[in-house]
Amino acid sequence: MNSLVSLYSSSIGKKIVMALTGLFLCLFLVEHLAGNLLLFANDNGHLYEEYSRILVSNPIIRAIEIVLFLSLAAHAVSGLVLWVQNRRARPQKYREFRLDENTELAARITMLGGSIVFLFLVIHLSSFFFPLRVTGTQMTAYELVREKFSNPWFSVFYVFALVILGYHLKHGFQSAFQTFGLVHKRYRRLLDVVAFFFWFVIPAGFASIPVYFYFFVRVSTSPLV
Amino acid sequence: MKLDAKIPDGPIEQKWSNHRFHLRLVNPANKRKYTIIVVGTGLAGASAAASLAELGYNVLVFSYHESPRRAHSIAAQGGINAPKNYSNDGDSIRRLFYDTVKGGDYRSREANVYRLAEVSGSIIDQCVAQGVPFARDYAGYLDNRSFGGAQVARTFYARGQTGQQLLLGAYSALCRQIDAGRVKFFPRREMMDVVVIDGQARGIVARNMVNGILEPYAADAVVLATGGYGNVFYLSTNAKASNATAIWRAHKKGAFFANPCFTQIHPTCIPQSGQYQSKLTLMSESLRNDGRIWVPKKRGDTRRPEDIPENERDYYLERLYPSFGNLVPRDVASRRAKEMCDQGYGVGPTKLAVYLDFSDAIKRLGRSVIEERYGNLFDMYHEITAEDPYKTPMRIYPAVHYTMGGLWVDYNLMTTVPGLYVIGEANFSDHGANRLGASALMQGLADGYFILPYTIGDYLASETFNPVKTDHAEFKKAEQETERGIKKLMSIDGKKTVDEFHRDLGAIMWDQVGMARSKSGLKKALQLIPALKEQFWKNVRVTGSDLDLNIELEKAGRVADYFELGELIARDALHREESCGGHFREEYQTPEGEAKRNDARFSYVAAWEYRGARKGEVLNKEPLKFEVVKPSQRSYK
Amino acid sequence: MNLTLRVWRQRNRETEGRFETYEMKDVSPDMSFLEMLDVLNINLIKKGEEPVAFDHDCREGICGSCGMMINGRAHGPGHRAATCELRMRRFEDGEVITVEPWRAASFPIIKDLVVDRSAFDRIMEAGGYVSAKTGGVPDGNAILIPKPIAEEAMDAASCIGCGACVAACPNSSAMLFVAAKVSQLALLPQGQPERKSRALRMVEQMDKEGFGNCSNNYACEAECPKQISVSHIARLNREFLKAKIL
Repeated sequence: MNSLVSLYSSSIGKKIVMALTGLFLCLFLVEHLAGNLLLFANDNGHLYEEYSRILVSNPIIRAIEIVLFLSLAAHAVSGLVLWVQNRRARPQKYREFRLDENTELAARITMLGGSIVFLFLVIHLSSFFFPLRVTGTQMTAYELVREKFSNPWFSVFYVFALVILGYHLKHGFQSAFQTFGLVHKRYRRLLDVVAFFFWFVIPAGFASIPVYFYFFVRVSTSPLV
Repeated sequence: MKLDAKIPDGPIEQKWSNHRFHLRLVNPANKRKYTIIVVGTGLAGASAAASLAELGYNVLVFSYHESPRRAHSIAAQGGINAPKNYSNDGDSIRRLFYDTVKGGDYRSREANVYRLAEVSGSIIDQCVAQGVPFARDYAGYLDNRSFGGAQVARTFYARGQTGQQLLLGAYSALCRQIDAGRVKFFPRREMMDVVVIDGQARGIVARNMVNGILEPYAADAVVLATGGYGNVFYLSTNAKASNATAIWRAHKKGAFFANPCFTQIHPTCIPQSGQYQSKLTLMSESLRNDGRIWVPKKRGDTRRPEDIPENERDYYLERLYPSFGNLVPRDVASRRAKEMCDQGYGVGPTKLAVYLDFSDAIKRLGRSVIEERYGNLFDMYHEITAEDPYKTPMRIYPAVHYTMGGLWVDYNLMTTVPGLYVIGEANFSDHGANRLGASALMQGLADGYFILPYTIGDYLASETFNPVKTDHAEFKKAEQETERGIKKLMSIDGKKTVDEFHRDLGAIMWDQVGMARSKSGLKKALQLIPALKEQFWKNVRVTGSDLDLNIELEKAGRVADYFELGELIARDALHREESCGGHFREEYQTPEGEAKRNDARFSYVAAWEYRGARKGEVLNKEPLKFEVVKPSQRSYK
Repeated sequence: MNLTLRVWRQRNRETEGRFETYEMKDVSPDMSFLEMLDVLNINLIKKGEEPVAFDHDCREGICGSCGMMINGRAHGPGHRAATCELRMRRFEDGEVITVEPWRAASFPIIKDLVVDRSAFDRIMEAGGYVSAKTGGVPDGNAILIPKPIAEEAMDAASCIGCGACVAACPNSSAMLFVAAKVSQLALLPQGQPERKSRALRMVEQMDKEGFGNCSNNYACEAECPKQISVSHIARLNREFLKAKIL
C-alpha cells in the first residue's frame, strides 16, 4: 500500500494512473461502440434493447461499471492535479511562447479537450444513463436515443464533442504507451495503426449515431411493433 | 632560490612506484580531520576533488561557473591518449613517453612525462567504469584512432565530444561525493586570493559572484585546477570565462610561474569575421588529412577561389615540406600561414586566412566519403560562415589554443608555496614547449585521479598544522586587498569598456608575442603593455554595483591580471633566445626557416618569481636533464 | 541589418523584472546572437547603463551555459543548436526580437537572462553516477559493450544540461534531462548495480525540485540542441515503473 501511495505521489506515478485509466476507458469505448452499433440494426431497437438487458443483469458487467466510473474519476482527478502542478511549475509566463511551432495541436489541447470531454460525459450520462438506470423513464433506451438526437443542437454538440474526443485520444493513446515506456522503433507503425483506430475510427463510429438518427430516423415515425 | 623538483632516484621505469612507496600516508581515521580546497572543476579539479573525498578528506570545491559541468574541459573534441596497445601496433608506455618528450621539443621533465604515460592506461579503465560511452567496435571492444600525426592508434574517443564525456564522468564522481556529504560545492565563486599563513597555503578568499560578498575559506591545503591562460590573447579557442586570475594571484603570493611563453597555436580555426568577434572556433586537426592548404600566387588577389586557376595557386606547405606536406605539426602549419598572410597573400575579407581546399579530395574519394569523415565539421563551418565548403574552399587561420606554461610544480605537483598544489593545464608540468594532440585530457585526469591524491597525503602527513580560522589576520588582509582592488575598479568610471581594453591587449599579444616573436617586437610589447595597463587603470568603465552579479566587474579583474601576465609572457619570450615548440623566435631559425633550439643555453625551465611591486619578476632556472630520450632536431622535410 | 530587441531586465531574484526595448543598428548577419548582445552591452556601458547579464562560456555549443528564449523558442527559432551557435542571418532586417530568460519555478532568475539551474546538479547528485571509486576497476576491455548499445548510450550522454527542455516544455518538466542520464546508465553494463535506486532517486529529486510533469508534448525533443530523443523518456518511465513495482 505504502509503495502504491509513493508511486502515485511521484510525477511518473500519476502519469501511469493517467495511462492505465485512459487505456481502460479506451477499451470500454470499443465495447460501448460495438453495442451501440446495434442501433443501426433496422429492427426498431429490438436487438439493442436485448443487449441493454443483458448488460444490466450481468453482475460482472455491473462490477466493471464501477471500475469504469472509478477510472474516469481517477483519470479526471489525476489530470487536474497534474495540470495544477504544471501551472505551478511556471508561475511567470513567457511573453512569447511558440509551442505551435514545435508541438502538435492534439498535444497542446489535451487538458482543454479533456475538460470538454468531461462536460460531454456529464451531459451524456444525465441524458441516457441516469434516466435509464437511476431515475427511471417511460421510454426504452432506443426511444430515448431517437428522441434526444432529433434535437439538432444536441446532435451537433455530440458530433463536436466526439471530434474533441478524437483529438484527446490522438494524443492520449500514444501518450499512454510512452508513459509505460512501451515504444520501440520496430513497432511504431503497428502502434500508429492501432492508435488511428482509437482516435479516428471509434469517435467517428460514435459520431455516426447522432448523424444517423437525426437524418435517417424520425421521431414522428410511429413504432412498428 | 634553488628549485628542487624532487625527482625520485632510480631508473625511469621505477621512479613513480618507488616514490609512491616512500610517500607518507595519512591514517584513514585522521583523513576526515583534514580539509582540502580545490578551485576549479574541470577534468583535473573534479577528478582530484572526487578522489580526495573518496579517500576520506573533507573537500571544498569552488567554481566561477554555476555547475561543475560547465568547465572548459568539456569542449575538447579529439580524444585521450593511452598506450594500451589495443591496436597491436607496437605502442607502449615508453613510446608514449618518448613521443611526448620529443613532441614537447625537449623542454619537459622526463620523470613527469614517464609517470604520465604510465598512469594513462588506468584513466581509460576508470572512465569506462564510470559509464563514459567511449567508441566501440562491432565486437564491443574499445576503439582507437591515430590522432595528431601519431604513428600508432592510441587515442580513445567518444565521437567528437571526448572532453565532454570525460568531464561528465569526473563530474558524476564529484556528484557522488557531494551526495555522500564529503564534498561541499560552492558555485559562482571566483577565487580572488590564496591565503598563506606561516609559510603554508591555508585558504582562499572567494567572491560570491551573485551578491558580491567576499568569503574566506580555511583549509590545510589548496589545490588550483583553474586551467590555462590563452585568453590573454583575447581571441582564442578558450571559453570566454577561462582566465588566469587564480594562478596569477597565487603567483603573487609566492608560487613561481614557469615557461609562460610556451603557448600553443592551433592551425585550423575559423578566421575572424569582424571586430565584434568574441572567440575563435576550432575545427578538428583531422581536416588536414584530406584538405590542401593554399594561397593565391598573386598578392591581394580578390578573385573567388574557384576562379583561380591551378597554376596560380601556391600550395605552400606541399612546396616547403614535400614529405609531410599538409600534415606538418601544429606549430609549423600555423607559422607558415601567418607568414603567408603577413606577406600579403592572405584571403577573405580580413586577408587573415588561407584556403583549406577539399575539391581534390572530393574528386578523388567522392562527396559521400568526405561527408562521412567531416560532415559535422563542414556543417559547423557552413553555419558560421554561410559558405558551403563542399563547393568553395574553407578559410582557416591559426588561433591560440592551449598554454603549456603555468605555475611551477615539483614532482609532487606542489608549487613553491608549501601546501599549494596546481594540477591540469594550470601547471606547467608535462608538455614542455609543445603539447601533442589528445594529451591535455590525459594530463588533467592523471593529475587528478592518480597523482595528486597520493602526493598531497605525504604533505599532510609530514607537516604540522596549527588550527587556523578565517578571522586570522592574513585572511583579513587578503580580503581587504581584494576589496581595495574591486573598489578601485568600480571607481575609475572612465570611457572605455573592459572588452575594448582586452581586445587591445590581445592585439599587442598576438602581433608581438604570438606565433613568431622577435627581440624588437617583444621589446615593443614590453612598452605597449604597461602603457595600456596604465590607461586601463585610468580609463576603464565598470558599471553597476559590486554587490550584485556584475559581469563587467568580473571581466575587469581578469583583464587587470592579463596585463601583468602578458608582460611576463613577453619577458619570458624575450629571455628565451631560441626557438622551441610553440615558442618561435625569428632570430633563431635554420636557413630553411625551421625552429632552432639552443640546448646548451636553454635546456631549463624558466620559473619566474614575483618579488613584490618594486622588485618585480626574477628568473629562476630548473635545469632539465635528458637521460633516456636524447634531444634531436625535428625535421619534417 | 537593423533590429529591435525586447529584452527581459531584472536586477535580482527579489526584484520585479520588465522588458526593455533596444534598437540595434548595422548588425552583421555573420554575428552570433551572443556577439550581437556583446555589441548591445558595449553600447549600454558607454551610456553608463548596466549591460544585459547572460550566461555563456564556450560559445561553441557544448558547455550548456547559454540559453535564452528568443521569439518564443528555446535557443531561438530555426535551428537545433545552442544560442551561441545561432547566427543573425536567421533573422530579417527590421525584425522585433523578444529575448526572455528560461522561465520555470525550478530555475529562479538570478539577473536579467541568468537563471539558477542548480536543480539539475541536485538531480545529478541524487544518483546520476556509477559508484566506481578511483582505482580498483577492471581493464576497459574487460566488459564488452555492443556497438549499438554504446552508441545509444552516447546519444543520451550528449546532453549538455542547458535546460532548454525545461524552458520549452509547457509544463517546465525536466524529464528529458533526467531521462538522458538514467537511460545512458541503464543501457551500459556499468550502470546495472544501481539501476533501480538511480531511477527512483533521480525522479524523486526531480519532483522535489518542483519541475512540472511530462505530458508527452515533445517540445523538449524539438528544442534540444543535442537532439536527444524522447525515447529516453520512455525508457526512464519503464525504469521507474520496474524499480517501483518489481
